[in-house]
Amino acid sequence: MDDIRILAIESSCDETAASVVKNGREVLSNVISSQIALHTLYGGVVPEIASRKHIEKIDQVITRALEEAGVTLDDIDAVGVTYGPGLVGALLVGVAEAKALAYARNLPLVGVHHIEGHISANYIENPDLEPPFLCLVVSGGHTHLVIVRDYGEFEILGRTRDDAAGEAFDKVARAIGLGYPGGPKIDKAAKEGNPSAYDFPRGKVTGSPYDFSFSGLKSAVLNYLNSASMKGETVRREDVAASFQKAVTDVLTEHTMEAAKDYKIKKIAIAGGVASNSALRASMEEACRRRNYSFYRPSPVLCTDNAAMIGCAAYYEYIRGTRSGWDLNAVPDLKLGER
Amino acid sequence: MKILAIESSGLTASAAIAEDEALLAEYTVNFKKTHSQTLLPMIDEIVKMIGMDLKELDAVAVSEGPGSFTGLRIGSATAKGIALALEKKIVPVPTLDALAYNLYDTLGLVCPIMDARRGQVYTAIYRFEDHRLVCIREKTAESIEDLAAELNGLPERQVTFLGDGVPVFRERLAEILDKDFSFAPAHLSRQRAGAVAALGIRYYKEGRAQESKDHKPEYLRPSQAERVRAEKLSGRGEKS
Repeated sequence: MDDIRILAIESSCDETAASVVKNGREVLSNVISSQIALHTLYGGVVPEIASRKHIEKIDQVITRALEEAGVTLDDIDAVGVTYGPGLVGALLVGVAEAKALAYARNLPLVGVHHIEGHISANYIENPDLEPPFLCLVVSGGHTHLVIVRDYGEFEILGRTRDDAAGEAFDKVARAIGLGYPGGPKIDKAAKEGNPSAYDFPRGKVTGSPYDFSFSGLKSAVLNYLNSASMKGETVRREDVAASFQKAVTDVLTEHTMEAAKDYKIKKIAIAGGVASNSALRASMEEACRRRNYSFYRPSPVLCTDNAAMIGCAAYYEYIRGTRSGWDLNAVPDLKLGER
Repeated sequence: MKILAIESSGLTASAAIAEDEALLAEYTVNFKKTHSQTLLPMIDEIVKMIGMDLKELDAVAVSEGPGSFTGLRIGSATAKGIALALEKKIVPVPTLDALAYNLYDTLGLVCPIMDARRGQVYTAIYRFEDHRLVCIREKTAESIEDLAAELNGLPERQVTFLGDGVPVFRERLAEILDKDFSFAPAHLSRQRAGAVAALGIRYYKEGRAQESKDHKPEYLRPSQAERVRAEKLSGRGEKS
């Protein structure tokens, strides 16, 4: 079969990204223009500002992705683009750009689910990884436990009932004065802290063993901080960070292992922004090692929002025959596996 | 020269292709549906209708704003994607210029008003001099009262309004204007890509085209988060 090169575009949140991916797993370029510094001024992502930055950067990012891959649009076989879930204004920039580019070049267009992208990031560095496997997807907006039955075929076993894992990281980081973005800051502070200093609750959802709930944990941390401040006690924020992080990673790891046992799956992967958290990686790796499961995780650069993962997912969708029309719209609450 | 023009700054979605003095095709829909779904199929439709190869285009003109932030970005990203793909330049056409151009060679003043919410309109004041569109008061977002006061202070006796601000403010204008005024009829009163194309060709010849990577919409307003932050920093923070 001839090589298939996909130009992929991602703009669902605060990263403007483009990538060229060959045959699904070979990343020829992976360009990410991050807006984190800008949003830090506001303590979180401001959708209108994110959308404005996307439109300013998108052509440069695409041009650089082509240049770094050493290709021109003549070498591209299809255009892949994230069309949901995400911030609608942000998604629309990538979707309109990708559609116009594909249209003007007469190229097939493949709309990609953002989470399918995150899951697919695992294929890029693990040539041996094939479905089926179990994947824990954890990011600022998502917490899903998913069986990847086949390329593009998913069975969602569990999801968060309230906050996403990454959201809990952001909120706790803000409460203990670490600022935004919370994930990396808590990870760093926790390295200097005692994970057993505080016994924060591990959230369970009665009757849904694979679902997650982080709002109780978040409230417990905030209540503890409040009562400590009322009593005039000093709080060692490294200890709070480490204990909070331990509570999150324990729950994520336990639920994943529980599902692996119940469904007899021995291949486990993690994906999403929180998958770059060092404690989660260590905890999952150890749990898999003890059970003799294979453990897969993307490099940190592929955990964050990027277009290489979208290119990878688009490739498998392209092979399956998925094609999007010129009326493709952004779908901010797109469900995984929906087309 | 051949130009594709895109207009999605408001409720209207519109696409046009013009060649020099001729408007070859124009497709305008003034009906509530997302531009994200309609705009590119509309372009595809007119391109097919006139049997044109996109490679024949010399440039892509886009209505740059002001207007709906999201609508502007859909038009801008569509223009940028096409221009990048074809290695053509983008001609940004101020939305208010294009609206005013609907009323070519009107006597007196031409005043497009676009509903900008928060009690304001996006507006500018134009007149035609020697068959050329001249902007005599730069585009801004302001209250209808401020606009009326400015118009009242100008020597022209007649002003023609158009734009989606008309249904919102026509009664108020009647109360506060002390000169003759009229409102453009339906076929001239909203954004049309045909006007963007005609002005686009003109602006292209005046050297106003830009690289697709350099193009961005002209919002005329900062985002709400930026505005609130600026107010806080300047110490006169209104509670919001």
